[in-house]
Amino acid sequence: MRRDVLRLAGLLLLIALAGCGGEADSPLDTAAGQGAAKPVYGDTYIEALQGNISGLIPNVLTDGPSFEVAGMLYNGLVKYDKDLNLVGELAESWQYSRDCLDLTFKLRRNVQWHDHTPFTAADVVFTYDTMVNPKTPTAYGGDFKAVESVDAVDPYTVHVRYKHPNAKALQSWSIWMLPKHLLESYAREGKLREAPQNRSDPVGTGPYKFKEWKAGEKVVLVANPDYFDGRPYISRIVYRIIPSSATTFLELKAKGVDGAKLTALQFKRQTEYPAFRKAYNKYQYAANVYVYLGMNLRDARFADRRVRQAFAHAINKRELIEGVRLGLAREATGPYKPGTWQYNPNVHQYPYDPGKARALLAEAGWNDKNADGILTRNGVPFKFDLLLAQGSDEGRKVAEIIQASLKDIGVQVEIRVIEWAALLKEYIKKRNFEAVILAWGITPDPDQYDIWHSSKTSPDELNRIGYANPEVDELLEKGRSTCVEADRKKYYDRLQEVLADDQPIVFLYFRDGLPVVSSRIRGIVPSPIGINYNFNEWFVPLNLHRYTAG
Amino acid sequence: MLGYALRRLILAIPLLVGITFVSFLVIHLAPGEPTDMQSDESSTRSDAKVRQLLVETYGLDKPLHVQYWNWVKRLVRLDFGRSFSPDARPVLQKIAERLPITLLLNIVELAIIVMLAIPIGVLSATRQYSTFDKITTVFVFVGFATPDFWLALMLMILFGVQLGWLPISGLRSPTWEYLAFWRQQWDFVGHLVLPILVATFGGLAGFSRYMRQSMLEVVRQDYIQSARAKGLSEGVVIGKHALRNALLPIVTVLGLSLPGLIGGSVIVESIFAIPGMGQLMVQAVFERDYPVIMGNLVIVATLTLVANLIADLTYSLVDPRIRVAARRGRR
Repeated sequence: MRRDVLRLAGLLLLIALAGCGGEADSPLDTAAGQGAAKPVYGDTYIEALQGNISGLIPNVLTDGPSFEVAGMLYNGLVKYDKDLNLVGELAESWQYSRDCLDLTFKLRRNVQWHDHTPFTAADVVFTYDTMVNPKTPTAYGGDFKAVESVDAVDPYTVHVRYKHPNAKALQSWSIWMLPKHLLESYAREGKLREAPQNRSDPVGTGPYKFKEWKAGEKVVLVANPDYFDGRPYISRIVYRIIPSSATTFLELKAKGVDGAKLTALQFKRQTEYPAFRKAYNKYQYAANVYVYLGMNLRDARFADRRVRQAFAHAINKRELIEGVRLGLAREATGPYKPGTWQYNPNVHQYPYDPGKARALLAEAGWNDKNADGILTRNGVPFKFDLLLAQGSDEGRKVAEIIQASLKDIGVQVEIRVIEWAALLKEYIKKRNFEAVILAWGITPDPDQYDIWHSSKTSPDELNRIGYANPEVDELLEKGRSTCVEADRKKYYDRLQEVLADDQPIVFLYFRDGLPVVSSRIRGIVPSPIGINYNFNEWFVPLNLHRYTAG
Repeated sequence: MLGYALRRLILAIPLLVGITFVSFLVIHLAPGEPTDMQSDESSTRSDAKVRQLLVETYGLDKPLHVQYWNWVKRLVRLDFGRSFSPDARPVLQKIAERLPITLLLNIVELAIIVMLAIPIGVLSATRQYSTFDKITTVFVFVGFATPDFWLALMLMILFGVQLGWLPISGLRSPTWEYLAFWRQQWDFVGHLVLPILVATFGGLAGFSRYMRQSMLEVVRQDYIQSARAKGLSEGVVIGKHALRNALLPIVTVLGLSLPGLIGGSVIVESIFAIPGMGQLMVQAVFERDYPVIMGNLVIVATLTLVANLIADLTYSLVDPRIRVAARRGRR
C-alpha cells in the first residue's frame, strides 16, 4: 500500500512543517466564507491519511503520516513560520556569538508536558543526548554532528557549543523535544522504538494530546487545554487511515472526512462542480518535492555535458507538466523551490528546442549517418534503459513522455519498471543504471551537500549519479559553514548557476500539494509554507458544528 | 483412525520445516532490505549510519543459515520476534490486532456463500437448462468477470454517496464513541455490509458452479435411479440421497479455503480501508519486514496442513469407501 505518488517521492522530510510546505498559496475559493467570525471552541476535524502511522515518537521514524500526527503532539525549540523563517517555539529567544560557535537558547517558562511535568533545559539536553546516542535508530542524528557540547546553564537556559560554524545549527533545533522523565531509561539503551510511548500515550508539549490509535484504522487526538500558546479551537482531530485515493475522494463527497489531499486529476477535473466547491475549499502550493531525470555520469555518454544539455532542450517541460500533472506543478530550474530566499531565477534556462538538442548531440559526436532516425557514434546506436519505481502512475507518464521526446531527436529509450526496494538495492545503490526517474524531497534549508558533493558517492550515499565538480564542492562547503544568511545566499546563487549549466540531472518540476478542507472550517490563511502551520487557530462557527467533541 | 491422524501430524513437522526454510530463503533473496526502507532514501537527509545500526540490531549481518537457526530457536518457544518496522512491536501482537476483523469478514462471507451457493447449485443442476439455470449461468460469468475494486467503487457511489444509506469505508463512524451501545453495533454492522457484499459476489459465483457440477454428476448415478424406482419422493431423492454425495467435493474445497480465512483480501481491505491481515502482509512485503512475513507464513502453513488433515479425516467420516480403503491399505 502507501505507494503511489509517495513511492516516487519517497518519504518527505518536513520537520516542523506538519506535512506542508510551499510557495504562493492561492486559495481557489476565497469567497467561500473564510471571512471574519468569532472563533469558538469545539467540533471535530477529520483528516484522511494515506498510510498507517508507524509510531508516535517521531525522532526514530521516517514516514510522512507519522510526522503529520507528531507535529500536533510535539514541539521543537524553533519552528518555521508561514514565510519559512525560523522563529521560537519552545525557545523564547536565542543568541549567536559573533564567531557562530556559541548558541544560547532562553526557554519559555510556562510550558508543561502533557502529564503536567514542567518542560526544562534538562529535557533539551536529554533530547540532544538521545539524538547523538550511537544506539538510537534515528535518521537525523547527523544534524548534531558539529555540536561540541550542550549544557543546561539553568532550568530555562541552554548553551550549545559548536566545533565549527554550522549554517544549519539553528534549524536542527526544530527537532521534536522528548520528555526526559519518561523516556530516559529507554533512550539510554537505544530502545526508543520499543518504548510504550511509541505505541500509546506519547507525552509531548504540543497543542494536542494523544487519545487513541487503532492500527490501520485511525488516530485520535484531543485539544491540550494547557497548551502554552493557548488552547486550540478545534477540540478533536481524527486521522482516518484510508489507503485508496479513490475511496478518500468518495468519503469527501459523502462528507465522511473534512480534509484530504487530492490527486491532480481529482483537483482539476472531478471537483469543479458547484456542490463540491460549496462544501470544500481547495488549496494549491508547491510541495517540497521535485521530480528529475537522473543519468549515471559514470557512463561515458552521459559524462559529456552537451548530451545532458541536449536532453534538457529536448524535453518540453511545460507539456510534461500539462500531461502528467494537468498543469499542477512548477517548472524546476534547479534544486530549490521558486519563491524561497535561496532560489535564483537568473540561471541558464533550457527552452524546448529539439533543433538545438540535435545540434548539441552532433557536437558531441552523435550523428544519424544512415538516416534511420537513430543517432550513432562510431557505429554504436544511442540507446539506454530508463528505470523507474513501480506503482507510480506519475512516474510512468513522465518516462513515456521523455521516451517520446528523446525519440524525436534520435535517442532510443527502453522503459523498465522495477519495484522500489529492488530498484534501490540492485540498481541505484550498486550504481548499476543508465538513467532513472526519481524525486528528491528537499528541506527548507538550502544545504544539499549530501547530494552534490563529490565525496558522497559510496553505495549508501546520495550522490548517486556520481557528480563531481570542484567549484560545486567548494560552494557547498562554504555554504554550510557560515551562519550569515547573506553570505549563504551568494554561495547558493552561484551553485544554482553552475548546476544549471552542468545539468547533472535534468530538473523537471516541483509538484503542487493539493489539500482540500471542509468549508465549515474557518481561520485558514494560506501562505508559502502551506495551510497547516496555524492549525491551532482553525475553528468552526457554532452553527456549523457537526460532531460532538469530548 | 487415531493412529492415522497421529501419523499425519508427525509427518507434517518436516513439511513445515521445509516450507519455512524455503520461504525464509526466498524472502531474504528478494532484492531490497528492510533497512533501506527506513533511512529516508528520497530525502536529502538520509544517514548511512542508521542503516548500519539497524543491520546489527536485526542481525542481518550474520550468514543466512545462522539467521534461520536463530529464528527457529525463537519460534519453538513461540516467540515470533519483533517487527522490523519502526514500531518494533511483537509480531504476534501485530497479527492479533488485525486477525479478528479479517476472520469475522471471511467467516461471514464463507457462511453466506455456502448458504446461497448450495441451493443455487442444486436448483440449477436439477433444473438444468431451465430459465433459472440460464440466469445463474449469466450471473456466474458476470461474477467471475467483475473486478472487485470496480464493483466496490460502484456500490460505494450508489449506497454511500448517492443514496447515503451506508457508510463508505472504515469500520466505525467518527462519532462512534458517542453512540449508545446498540447503535454502536448497528453502526459497525453497517460498515461491514458493502465489503461482505463485494467479497461474497465473486466467491458465490465459483462455489455455486462447483455445487452444480457435483450435483449433475450425482443425479446421473444408478443409485439415484433406483431411489426413484423405489418410489421415493423427489424431495427425498435429491435432498437426501443425491445431496449428501454431491457435498463430498465441496468438503474438500471448503477445507482448502480454511487457511484463506486468515489471509485477508488485499483489494477489498484497501478499498474499504479495513485494517486487516491483507494490508498488514502487503505492507510487510513492501517494507521487507521479515519477522511479520515469516510469522504470517508459519500460521498460514500450519493452518493449511491442519486443514488438509481435517478435510481428509472428514472425508473418511462421510465416505465409508475411504475408511475401508485406508484399513485395507494398512494391512
